[in-house]
Amino acid sequence: MKRNITKNEFNLFFNLLNIHYDIFAPVRKKGQGAFSDTDIIYYEKVVTFDEIEWAEKSTYSPKDIVFPVSQTIINFIEDRLFIPNMKSSKPIYILMRPCDINGIKRIDEIFLNNGPSEDFYYKRIREKISFALIECIDGFENCFCVSMNANKNSDWDFAISLDKYRPFISIEIKNAKIENIFHSMVTDASNIAAPEVANKNFEICFPEKNLKKVMLPNINEMPASIYSDSEFWDEYKNRCIACGRCNTTCVTCSCFSTNDIRYDDSQNVGERQRVWASCHISKFSMMAGGHEMRKDNASRMRFKTFHKIYDYKKRFGEEKGHMCVGCGRCDDNCPEYISFSMIINKLSARISADINEGKK
Amino acid sequence: MSLDINRKIIQKNAYRITKKRNKTAIRIRVPGGHLETKYFPIIAQIADQFGNGSVHITTRQGFEIPDIDYKYIPEINKLLSTLIVGLECSIGVSINNPEEGYPAAGTRNISACIGNRVCPFANFDTTSLALRMEKEVYPNNFHIKIAITGCPNDCIKAHLQDFGIIGMTEPQYIYDKCIGCEACINACKKFVTGALTLHNHKVKKDHRRCIGCGECILKCPTSAWIRSNKTFFRLIILGRTGKKNPRLAATFLNWATEEVVIQVIKNIYALIDKEIDKSLPKEHLGYIIDRVGFNLFKNSVLQNICLNEEIKIAQNLFFIGYQYEKDIFMEV
Repeated sequence: MKRNITKNEFNLFFNLLNIHYDIFAPVRKKGQGAFSDTDIIYYEKVVTFDEIEWAEKSTYSPKDIVFPVSQTIINFIEDRLFIPNMKSSKPIYILMRPCDINGIKRIDEIFLNNGPSEDFYYKRIREKISFALIECIDGFENCFCVSMNANKNSDWDFAISLDKYRPFISIEIKNAKIENIFHSMVTDASNIAAPEVANKNFEICFPEKNLKKVMLPNINEMPASIYSDSEFWDEYKNRCIACGRCNTTCVTCSCFSTNDIRYDDSQNVGERQRVWASCHISKFSMMAGGHEMRKDNASRMRFKTFHKIYDYKKRFGEEKGHMCVGCGRCDDNCPEYISFSMIINKLSARISADINEGKK
Repeated sequence: MSLDINRKIIQKNAYRITKKRNKTAIRIRVPGGHLETKYFPIIAQIADQFGNGSVHITTRQGFEIPDIDYKYIPEINKLLSTLIVGLECSIGVSINNPEEGYPAAGTRNISACIGNRVCPFANFDTTSLALRMEKEVYPNNFHIKIAITGCPNDCIKAHLQDFGIIGMTEPQYIYDKCIGCEACINACKKFVTGALTLHNHKVKKDHRRCIGCGECILKCPTSAWIRSNKTFFRLIILGRTGKKNPRLAATFLNWATEEVVIQVIKNIYALIDKEIDKSLPKEHLGYIIDRVGFNLFKNSVLQNICLNEEIKIAQNLFFIGYQYEKDIFMEV
């Protein structure tokens, strides 16, 4: 079903939707940027149209809805363990741009299909989540979703476009239940779009090209020499300051640590938390005794690069694509102006030079 | 024919007696140290036409144009009216006749670091505060120096002013967004006061140690630290250079709001008027307060002020300075 609606209708629809679902969407948080008088955009529960940031890419990805930054996974009292209940029992809709929907599907593999068992905590919330699409046509400055083949997606139940017949909002619904909710709206004739506008046809579009383009190396032609090519990686030893923003804003970074916390007064009561941990953040993969596998920032960068555009595809197969979806948040947020898309291109150039050398 | 000049009048007009006989210099105010380039041609014209074609950039972020004949003062004042209207009247400073030049020179130009228009560390827009404050303190003949700085790095050297205003934010911690990476803890330990510690894999803040610099917010990769809605200020007072007893300013108010800071500075003028040693050509505020005592100062400037609830007020001032001779403040 396709329909062009007024903001008023949109809010009525969302009101009804909110009875059955928690709806998450990007929200602009005024003054919450790291620098004073700047904003950040992150995902939060929303009820109305105006709460949602439609125009800009969110600073943080929506991954924290399904994989919280910090969550209690076990409470314990002496030898008894308790699994905490979920905060909300409602099913969830997340309004996302196509790269982010693809991003969540990438981390599905990590949590659900990686190794012998599914991740219990991820699964129980993931089962409640459905996708809604925010139409994205032009992308943004640092996007390279087209190169990553993550620019399109059809796994959504409804899609919203603001660009078809402004000021009307175009909505396409593919799910029968949502369509029923939509039709159950009781509208006041003065606030709805006239039938000739409401029924105008439209097509939901996807980005067809980005300002940034990356050349991906062929995963079957990765020369072993690149791992130890210090000339290639050492640039990042000093340029990267390991602040971790590329990881925390990334939609697919999904490493975590677990910490046991004992409440001060009683050492026998406490909880186990799991928190985000990432290759560019201190203590990542630190072992007992304090040994670190990747101490310098160049090897952290190499680790991330291969994870994003080599290891994942190698493990999960050609059809799953690369882990990186080209959302470009790493480049948006790097305080040192390190461009990840540039690293991918440099790597590809270095590898094809290697291959050409070999052919000679 | 020899010149006959009333020194008191021309000094109030922002001109000064210079080393060179028969030559003066004009000081131009630039509140907040930031101005549009459209004013440059006027400054250049005055220097070229009446001075020696050069301009000095003052420590207080104004311009001083040297080597001017006293006789050109009226003509220069006419040219200055564009600057006075554009940089003073436009921000609410009341000046009766801008064509007669600056009406006072006692309260100096409010200087400001570049602030958050450019600097990532700044907790607020320092220039804008200078522009809001100018009308509260100028024109005024009492010698007062005010400087505004965006964070406790104090790049403007607020510690050497009668009133130094340091911008603060009160970092807000979101427990559920913290990953215990210790970036904030390490930064606070290394660059600031070590107000943060790791406790149960999360961060604990000692509010008494926190100086509101925002370093933790800048370093946090998950936005677990965010800025407070309110901007706060630390008001440091009575710092000075000078021959007798240079010293760094001491904290008078901590976690004060803009309204409180402005009101305190406004209140100082009545106290100076009452207590200044009128036998001297001028007396710096610091020496007045040294003489009349901190409690009198405190009671006068806090009079009729509605204090914000977060504010902390000094019980006493402890200055870090030095004396050339240990009996410098002894009666002879």
